[in-house]
Amino acid sequence: MSDFFSSGWSLFIALATLVSLVACLALLIFASRRTKMADDNSTGHVFDGDLVEMNNPMPMWWVVLFVLTVIFAFVYVYAFPGLGSVAGSLGWTSRGELEADQARAAREMAQVYAAYSGVPAEMLSQDAKAMAIGQRLFINNCATCHGSDARGSKGFPNLTDNDWLHGGTPEKIEETITLGRTGVMPPMAAAVGTSTDVHNVAQYVLSLSKSPYDSIAAYSGKAKFAACAACHGVDGKGNQALGAPNLSDNVWLHGWGEAAIAEIVNNGKTSVMPAQRGRLSGEQIHVLASYVWSLSHPRQTAAR
Amino acid sequence: MSRIIPISAVPPATATVSLYVSEEKIQARSVRGWFAGWRWATVWLTQLLFYGLPWLQWNGRPALLFDLGARRFYVFSMVLHPQDVIYLAGLLILSAYSLFLFTAVAGRLWCGFACPQTVYTEIFMWVERRFEGDRQARIKLDAAPWSLRKIARRGGKQAVWLAMGLWTGFTFVAYFTPARTLGAEVLGFALGPWETFWILFYGLATYGNAGYLREQVCKYMCPYARFQSAMFDRDTLIVSYDPLRGEPRGSRKRGVDPASIGKGECIDCTLCVQVCPTGIDIRKGLQYECIGCAACIDVCNGVMDKMSYPRGLIRFATQNAMAQRWSRRTTWKRVARPRVLVYGTVLAALGSAFVYSLATRAPIRADVVRDRGTLARMVEGGRIENVYRLQLMNATEAVEHVRVEVEGLPGASVAAWSDVDLAATESRWVPVVVQIGPEQASSLRPGAHPIEFRIRLVAPADATREIRADLHEKSTFIVPR
Repeated sequence: MSDFFSSGWSLFIALATLVSLVACLALLIFASRRTKMADDNSTGHVFDGDLVEMNNPMPMWWVVLFVLTVIFAFVYVYAFPGLGSVAGSLGWTSRGELEADQARAAREMAQVYAAYSGVPAEMLSQDAKAMAIGQRLFINNCATCHGSDARGSKGFPNLTDNDWLHGGTPEKIEETITLGRTGVMPPMAAAVGTSTDVHNVAQYVLSLSKSPYDSIAAYSGKAKFAACAACHGVDGKGNQALGAPNLSDNVWLHGWGEAAIAEIVNNGKTSVMPAQRGRLSGEQIHVLASYVWSLSHPRQTAAR
Repeated sequence: MSRIIPISAVPPATATVSLYVSEEKIQARSVRGWFAGWRWATVWLTQLLFYGLPWLQWNGRPALLFDLGARRFYVFSMVLHPQDVIYLAGLLILSAYSLFLFTAVAGRLWCGFACPQTVYTEIFMWVERRFEGDRQARIKLDAAPWSLRKIARRGGKQAVWLAMGLWTGFTFVAYFTPARTLGAEVLGFALGPWETFWILFYGLATYGNAGYLREQVCKYMCPYARFQSAMFDRDTLIVSYDPLRGEPRGSRKRGVDPASIGKGECIDCTLCVQVCPTGIDIRKGLQYECIGCAACIDVCNGVMDKMSYPRGLIRFATQNAMAQRWSRRTTWKRVARPRVLVYGTVLAALGSAFVYSLATRAPIRADVVRDRGTLARMVEGGRIENVYRLQLMNATEAVEHVRVEVEGLPGASVAAWSDVDLAATESRWVPVVVQIGPEQASSLRPGAHPIEFRIRLVAPADATREIRADLHEKSTFIVPR
């Protein structure tokens, strides 16, 4: 791929480079001899009355070095891409070098991770070294959304409690990291009914988690909750196969209170956990998933 | 008023000359004497340190090891992290001030006695003398046609030079790869590409610089040689020829009183020129090529002894002392001038600060960074929680237990990960959760409040060990609206 929008620029750069190199040589030859103007080995130039410019020749190896650098430059532009869009005989590209570096890094990392692949998370979480790697992976890749301590924030799930949207087994966590998740709560206002109905449903949802609620409204809302039960279940305990949150615990990912609930019911919400497949290797994801699993199983990792 | 540079008529051209010429090889004559003795003393001192230190073991590892791969720098008992680069800057500043001080007092002492260029040239010239003899013999050998004898002498010299160069390259790399490991790698032909490159590069650079380039490095490459004149003044001790005593120069028989033949004390033996490693004639006065090695002083003093004249026709003297015929006492009084005193004071102050700072250096370092994902959040019971990332660096070679606490905000405490074990020399990011209770939270206005982290080294198992580090790092705690 060329960086030039017109091949004329490439030609211009190539010519300018070659002409400059030749000019360097010409200048060297032109400037290395000069006419001595006085017998006292001075050039005859006198400044400020007594400052005489002497001919004080540089050592020959100095000019030889200069010539060598010009020759080196010719070899360089022949071997490497230095003349506009000419590729150079070695075919070197910065992209190729990056890919080679990445491949080397992947090879070196594979040795580190080889010991951990296939080791179940329950055992891996006892391995201080693996968990240190997992923590670094987490801080570099996950902490931006879930926080350095993995406790999340509004809209970003807390990974240290035992409330899982898509399942908390090591295998499920690994699947979530690898493929990502999209949690869709459709706008349900039409299905639920009027704004009074939404108010009633919200009060019913609050009642599920034993939060303070208006019992009359909740009673009226119970029937309308049928629209929600398809995903969240009749008892509101959610469905991990669908990623539908449990509404009966006290975890409020998108905010607590009637206003927050009504907002979600009316407008819906789409949350995305991006897939890490392209960024992390399978072995890395395995270690990372084990680390995430260990966060909600502190009893097993207390020794650490 | 502008100055007008008068235009003079250009004299007629006489010849075309090249602006580049091959330098004539300088065959410096060997010299003995007080200053030469000092130079050999610094050669021994610096080279014993340079070649010896990589082999010195300390706590089961090399005493000096700059582990670039792991980014840990071991200096005897110390472990330095890249974050300690301030000490390198301090060391460079100290070196620069030492250079200023020594140069203001006695000119290019560094150049003449301690610079690696001088030191290795001295060693390589010693090897050259062993194989090819002194100045006259070498000049003869240069002119002689190739013969078995010449090949043997030249070959022997080259072999020793190359061996010394490569050993120097090996030693240099041994500061970055432990010498014993590196030695095994060399013997097993298992050197890495960079190790190979640096051993050869540093080795051949030593060989070329000390064997061939020699004084040309000082004359054409070294910037210090050129800017030193800015550090000289008329009270700087420099290697000087005393023209009032010496001129008019001329040869004479041994023991002749110079006054009786209407001459000065310089017998024009040109030994001062023959011993000069940069090939100058000190009798022409101060020249930029002079590296202050004092070889001419040593050799001239020997001649003066033979002639039964007083020593010191060439001596370390200031320009003022030379012009005004000052005694040594007056000269030295003038040497202690404000410039020298200021350099000396600054050097002493910086040196003490450097040593004090190193001696009281905490065995851990810590940086506190607020978490980038979460500003603040409310958790169970109305508590307010902030998350931080601490970079904890262990500057010891033992496992250390670190305890993190917070101060400066009433009711604030570390809710999670207050205790961290750091492996030897480990540097690690650890998340730390800080909470304040609901009562304190409601009494604080929304916004950022200053908070201070207190990071201590503790010994959970061994209570006899005292707390050896107590760091305080500032940060902020955010209360949401």
